[in-house]
Amino acid sequence: MSKTVRVRYFAVLREQRGLDEESIATDAATAADLYEELRARHGFTLAADRLRVAVNDEFEPWTAAVGNDDSVVFIPPVAGG
Amino acid sequence: MDFRITGSEIDPSALMRNLRDTRTGACVVFEGRVRAESGGRAVKSLDYEAYAPLAEKEGRRILAEAREKFGITAAACLHRTGSLQLGDIAVWVAVTAGHRAAAFDACRYIIDETKARVPIWKREHYADGSTEWINCAVRGPASDGL
Repeated sequence: MSKTVRVRYFAVLREQRGLDEESIATDAATAADLYEELRARHGFTLAADRLRVAVNDEFEPWTAAVGNDDSVVFIPPVAGG
Repeated sequence: MDFRITGSEIDPSALMRNLRDTRTGACVVFEGRVRAESGGRAVKSLDYEAYAPLAEKEGRRILAEAREKFGITAAACLHRTGSLQLGDIAVWVAVTAGHRAAAFDACRYIIDETKARVPIWKREHYADGSTEWINCAVRGPASDGL
């Protein structure tokens, strides 16, 4: 069933998308499905196995369901410090 | 116990005032500073970007783990975002404890876990004008296994 999710982009994904955030209508069931959909559309260079994912500001497994109005962030390899 | 992301310059002396406690015999501070060299390349400046709500949440989990593991009195960590120049403080960690061993161990734990787990990203600007997001390069076949 189609739903609308808010995706926020950081670092290399933000640059590759050219946006900080967007609302997306999607049929993706899981976070992994959503990333593959967006990767195909926007040509993101990083494969999902290099990323983590957060839903509603908490880390989640890639198998996590994505629901209507959820906020999703794909997290590129971190480099703090 | 606090972990915060900040866009403002880090002022260690102001932060240290919050850590005065006569129960503690040890205070260990780590400052991560912007270095002029990275992987053999001359660095001009850095940008840090953070997913602040989750970065602060994960950072506070790290501080709680450090308290649990090492029995320290208090710990704090502050991490910069924005554009930083050579020598600027990028990250500041302070730990107080009854004795030095726990303070050193906990400080090391906090900075190592922060670098590995907290959603913060670093882009280096090099003297030759190029830039790179650290750890985000796409590995080619030639570099597999490195």
